[in-house]
Amino acid sequence: MLDEVATDIMITQVSDSLYTQLIKTYGGNLPSSEPHSLDEIRKQAFERFKSAGFPTVKQEDWKYTNVQPLVNRQHYVLDAETLSSDDLSLDKAVIPGLDAYRVVMVDGRYNAKLSTAADIHGLSIMPIDQAFDRLCFAKYFAEYADKTDNPFVALNTALFTSGLFIEVGKNVQLQKPIHVIHVASAMKPLFAQVRNLYVISTFAEAEIIESFITDEGAAHNLNNTVSEVVVRESAKLQHYYLQVAGAQGNYLNHTEVYQEKHSLYNHYNCTFPGAAFVRNNINVRLGDSEVESHLYGVTLTAGNQLVDNHTIVDHREPHCESYEWYKNITQDTSTAVFNGKIFVRPDAQKTNAFQQNNNMLIGEKSAVYTKPQLEIFADDVKCSHGCTIGQFDNEALFYLRARGISEAQARVLLVHAFAFDVTSRFANATVREYVEHLVEQGLKAG
Amino acid sequence: MLSIRNLHASVEDKQILKGLDLEVKAGEVHAIMGPNGSGKSTLGNVLAGREAYEVTEGEVLLDGKDLLDLSPEDRAREGVFLAFQYPVEIPGVSNINFLKTALNEVRAYKGLPPMEAKEFLSRVKEKQKLVKFDAKLANRSLNEGFSGGEKKRNEIFQLAMLEPKLAILDETDSGLDIDALRIVAGGVNQLRSNDNAFIVITHYQRLLDYIVPDFVHVLYNGRIVRSGTKELALELEEKGYDWIKETVDAEGTV
Repeated sequence: MLDEVATDIMITQVSDSLYTQLIKTYGGNLPSSEPHSLDEIRKQAFERFKSAGFPTVKQEDWKYTNVQPLVNRQHYVLDAETLSSDDLSLDKAVIPGLDAYRVVMVDGRYNAKLSTAADIHGLSIMPIDQAFDRLCFAKYFAEYADKTDNPFVALNTALFTSGLFIEVGKNVQLQKPIHVIHVASAMKPLFAQVRNLYVISTFAEAEIIESFITDEGAAHNLNNTVSEVVVRESAKLQHYYLQVAGAQGNYLNHTEVYQEKHSLYNHYNCTFPGAAFVRNNINVRLGDSEVESHLYGVTLTAGNQLVDNHTIVDHREPHCESYEWYKNITQDTSTAVFNGKIFVRPDAQKTNAFQQNNNMLIGEKSAVYTKPQLEIFADDVKCSHGCTIGQFDNEALFYLRARGISEAQARVLLVHAFAFDVTSRFANATVREYVEHLVEQGLKAG
Repeated sequence: MLSIRNLHASVEDKQILKGLDLEVKAGEVHAIMGPNGSGKSTLGNVLAGREAYEVTEGEVLLDGKDLLDLSPEDRAREGVFLAFQYPVEIPGVSNINFLKTALNEVRAYKGLPPMEAKEFLSRVKEKQKLVKFDAKLANRSLNEGFSGGEKKRNEIFQLAMLEPKLAILDETDSGLDIDALRIVAGGVNQLRSNDNAFIVITHYQRLLDYIVPDFVHVLYNGRIVRSGTKELALELEEKGYDWIKETVDAEGTV
C-alpha cells in the first residue's frame, strides 16, 4: 500500500517536471518592471496557465502533437542571460542575394552588435522591454493573443523577459526587408520564452523575414515564442518564417495577427528538415471590412521530425478575402499535422475564403494528419476547401527517367512541382529561390 | 546498332514477348505492326526499362552494350528514346526546365559540360520549328492541358532536342488528325540520318505513308512472324490482321 502511494507521487512529479519547476520558481515572484500595468496582466496570465497546465493529447488541438515528453524531459534553465555564446556564426541564416536590415536575436535576446537595423527613418526596432512605455505597446500587447485558450500564450505573457519590438511608422515604405535571425545558442538546456510585437502603422509597407537557426554547440532547447502582429489601416506586411534550426530545437510558435480596414497580410511559413519539434499556431483576425490575408505553407520533414501547423482565419466583418494553401512533404518516419480553421462570423457577409492542403507522403512510415474546419455563420459567402494525400507519381518518375534524368533529380523536380502552387506565390523572388534550394537540399538529406 | 535476341518478357506473370529477334542498323527505319495485344507496346517499354516489365530470357545489345543491365536513365543517356504513347502531364515542371535538365544530364554522362544558355535557347528555337511547336507551349508546365496532338508533337520536339541514337515511336500516330500526323512525320523525316535509327510501332499503315520504313515486321503472339519491306504493310492493310493470324496459326498446327 505504501509502495503504491510512493510510485504515484513519483509519476506525478516526473510528468510535470517543468510545470512544477515553473510554479516553484515564479509563484508569487513574477518578472516585474516599469510601468507596473504589466504586473496585473502577468498575474492573471500566470493564474490561467496554473489552472490549465501543459496540454495533453486528450485535448483536440493537441491530439497529434504530444508536448509531454518535452515538458517533462529534464530540468531546464529558465534564464538565457548567462548561457548564450558570444562567438556565433550566422551562416545558416544567410539568404543568398538578399539585401536586408538585419536583426539578430540570440536565445530571444536582442543582440545590438550583430544587428544592422538601427537608425532607419520611420522604423523603430528595439528589445521589447524597452517598448513597455510606448503607446502602441499598451494598446496592443496581450490584446488578441491572450484571448485564445493556448496555455503557452498565458505562460509566455506571465513570464517572458525578452523579445523584439518593431514599429513601422505611418506612411513609411521600407526600402529593404527586415531579416530577423533567431539563434538558439545556449549550451545548457534552455526553456526560452520570447515575446514579439510588430506594429505596421497606417499606410505603411514592410517585409519581415524570420529565420530560425541553431548554433553548433547549442544544447537541447525549447522555445515558447508569442508574436503579436498588428497591420493597421491600409498597411501591408509580407511575413516569412524560415525554420532551418537543428535537431536540438523544439519550437512552440504562436503568431496572432490582427488586421484593420483595407490591410493586407501575407504569411509564408516554411519548415525544413532539422528541428525535432515545431508547432505553429497562426491566427489571423480580419478585424474590419475589406481586408485581405494570404497564408502559404511549405513543410518538408525528414528523420523523426514532427511539424504541426494550426491556423485560424477569422472573418469578422464583411467584404474580406482570405486565401490559404499549405503543402506538406514527409520523408522517413516524420509526421506533419495541418489544422485549418476558418470562421465566418454572422456579420461577415460577402466573404471570400479559400483553403487548400496537399500532402505528399514519401517516407513509407511517415504520417500526415490533416483537418480542414470551416464554421460559417453568414449566408452570403463563398468558401471552399480541399485536401489531398498522395505519393510520388510513378508514371511521372518513369517519364523523367526515360529522358535521362536520374531518379534523385526526378524526385527533386516532382517535389518542386508539388510545391509550385505555393512557392510561385512568394512575393520575394530571392526568398523563393532560397526556399527552392532548401527543398532540394532537404530531399537529399532525406 | 540494336540487336535483340530471343527476348522473353512478362507483365504481372503474364508472358507477353515469347522469343523476339530483331536487328536494327544505323540509318534504318523499322516498322513494327501487329494486332492488339501482340506485344508491340511491351517491346517499347522493355527497351526503355519500365519496371513493371520483367525480362525472363534473351538479350538486348545497343552497340554491343547490354541494355537490360541499365537503369531507365542510363539507357536514355546511352541514346535510347521512347516517344510515349501516352505522354504524362506533370504540372509545375516547366517544359524548358525539364529539357534543360535532361539534356545536361545526358551531356554529363558523356563527360560534356552543361550547354551554354545561349546555345540551348537557339537549339530550342530551331527544333521547335521542326514540329511547329508553339513557343508558348515550351514555357508551360510539361504537357499540362496539352491536346493529344500537342503532346505527341512535344515528344518529337524532345526527340529533336536530345538527338538519340535509337528512337522508338510507340503509336505516335494514335489520336492524331491528318494535319498533326503530317507535322509529326515531317519532323521525324528531318531527323533521320545515317547515324540514328527508328523503330516505329503502329497499328495502322497510314503513318507509314509519311514515315517510309526500310523494313516492316509483324508482331503476333509475342514474336515477329513476318518481315518484309514496305509492301508488307500494304498487304496487311488490304488483308487485315486475320490473314496473319490464320496463316501463322495454321503453320503452328503443322
